[in-house]
Amino acid sequence: MKILVAISQVPDTTAKISFSEDGTKFNPTNVQFIINPYDEWYALVRALELKEAGLAEKVSVIHVGLQDTEPTIRKALALGTDDSYRIDLDPTDAFVVAQQIAQFLKQNPYDLILFGKETISYNGGVAAGILAGLIDYPFISNASKLEIKDNKAIANQDIEGGYEVVECALPVVISANKGMAEQRIPNMKGIMAARTKPLNVIPPYSYQTATQYEKFELAPGRSACKFIDPNNVEELVQLLHTEAKVI
Amino acid sequence: MSVLVFADASKNGTLKKSSLESIVFAKQIASKTNSNVVVLLYKANDEGKQNAQQAGANKIINITNDLNYITDYSAVAKLIKKYAESENTNDIVLPFDIHGKAIGAYLSGLLNCGIVAGVTSLLEINGNTYKFKKNVFSGKAYATLSINSDKKIITLLPNSIPVQFDATNTAQINDVTESADIPLRVIVKSVEKTTTGDNIPLPEAELVVSGGRGLKGPENWHIIEDLAKALGAATACSRPVADSHWRPHHEHVGQTGLAIRPNLYIAIGISGAIQHLAGVSGSKTIVVINTDKDAPFFKSADYGIVGDAFEVVPKLTEAIKKFKASQH
Ligand SMILES: Cc1cc2nc3c(=O)[nH]c(=O)nc-3n(C[C@H](O)[C@H](O)[C@H](O)COP(=O)(O)OP(=O)(O)OC[C@H]3O[C@@H](n4cnc5c(N)ncnc54)[C@H](O)[C@@H]3O)c2cc1C
Ligand SMILES: Nc1ncnc2c1ncn2[C@@H]1O[C@H](COP(=O)(O)O)[C@@H](O)[C@H]1O
Repeated sequence: MKILVAISQVPDTTAKISFSEDGTKFNPTNVQFIINPYDEWYALVRALELKEAGLAEKVSVIHVGLQDTEPTIRKALALGTDDSYRIDLDPTDAFVVAQQIAQFLKQNPYDLILFGKETISYNGGVAAGILAGLIDYPFISNASKLEIKDNKAIANQDIEGGYEVVECALPVVISANKGMAEQRIPNMKGIMAARTKPLNVIPPYSYQTATQYEKFELAPGRSACKFIDPNNVEELVQLLHTEAKVI
Repeated sequence: MSVLVFADASKNGTLKKSSLESIVFAKQIASKTNSNVVVLLYKANDEGKQNAQQAGANKIINITNDLNYITDYSAVAKLIKKYAESENTNDIVLPFDIHGKAIGAYLSGLLNCGIVAGVTSLLEINGNTYKFKKNVFSGKAYATLSINSDKKIITLLPNSIPVQFDATNTAQINDVTESADIPLRVIVKSVEKTTTGDNIPLPEAELVVSGGRGLKGPENWHIIEDLAKALGAATACSRPVADSHWRPHHEHVGQTGLAIRPNLYIAIGISGAIQHLAGVSGSKTIVVINTDKDAPFFKSADYGIVGDAFEVVPKLTEAIKKFKASQH
């Protein structure tokens, strides 16, 4: 079995977000980028665990992005990924990303294709599903547990208030939720090895665009907090009723 | 032309709030594009159909028979595609909930068209270009997002728009039997519940009571649950609380958990780390209860009480009960 993990890069969770003066672009100055936590902690680590358990012969990562994203890809290699592919295109939306990966898969088949549940930057959570739809693969969404047995994926697919235990023959596209694996820290040996592992750059495949981010604005801050005496919680109840009008 | 909404009914056949919101949203789009709203329902009862009608449907197609493939997202997407074709639809609206997210994404691939995921409002429609507002960077910012493919998938973030019923609206209602001919590939072996019975689903809840590490341990959660019960609220928690298995994972809110936007979010014993705020800053009103007056959460709160949760929360629960009783 061969596993492909789609990784995205996002601003570090503590990064201060800002935009270009005209508000049309994200401003990357002084921002640390990381692998999207869902992709790294859950999807990639689970793929590596399956390989370590002797269930997969190879784990590759794929990323759609420009050259400046290569340090992020190296980090995935440092965690133990065998090889990597970067499709040399600015990923303007998930539809573009999915079209690129769909065409990559036609030439390079994989049995298990893992995504994160969503990017913590644009919070779409759609790339995996779009890809599955484009190539008509079955799709397991939001999986918090994944086992492979007899050429089948057995997963916990999270739903409202619980999960479904589902089964599906490979090949399949799966998006990973929290719980599928535990975060790992790359060790020195992995970091050294990553330097010489393959990072293949592929020119973009043909594609269509459908959406565009036209303008960004920072969410407005809240006005100052009103403090209430802990011995007078009735006042809070009144304020929630008459001022905030939420109860 | 028509705008199609897919709304799977809840267990008892009524429609979920997020489905009704999607119908209202579809109506907003339809009124700008001179279209009809067609609502595809699965096993809805009379009340569900009536609600869909009063929320703005012009035509309701209600699938009445059991379909074994309804739990397979790719199969559901194929079912919707079939009706999108027969109803001459270019715009498909779904709620951005766990099912809608997955089905909408698959549809985008299947129809080879664009998708706007988790929008909060419609800004304008100009010919084939629709503009929406959407939260990005986990609630730290919002964006104007446009889409111009011929076909469009639009998913609406729950709790973004009010549901207004129009009792005078009429709709053509067709109960249909669907041939079960779409192959099932993802097979559900069992369904496990992690919440008990009648809890309010967190993503749709208007009132949420949330607890953090300040509560010291799962044995103390009754004070959170009592307050939630008095309010009719859902319960949530911070990430370390879920990681320590004090509470189930699906209650975890924040950047790596659920993002929610209730009318009222009460944070108890939660410090207000940036990753936590990312999931809750869209809440209309935030109340923070914390022993530490310098806890960062107070900077993002509307109302704060500096005090011990074990003393303040039971008092607040009693005050809420009294208030509720006085309302009747
Ligand atoms: C990449 C990344 C992603 C993350 N994602 C998330 C996420 O999605 N969601 C999330 O929540 N966290 C997330 N975190 C963790 C986050 O940084 C914080 O560590 C976490 O939110 C802290 O949880 P807490 O507020 O419950 O605990 P603490 O920070 O320990 O705060 C406990 C609070 O309780 C107060 N307290 C103590 N006793 C009492 C009492 N008796 N009465 C009232 N108050 C009391 C204390 O003053 C303190 O403010 C993430 C971190 C990283 C690095
Ligand atoms: N530029 C990208 N390159 C490769 N994979 C990506 C990229 N962007 C997103 N993904 C994958 O798609 C998932 C969902 O992304 P999104 O739909 O954008 O929220 C992520 O968790 C990644 O696994």
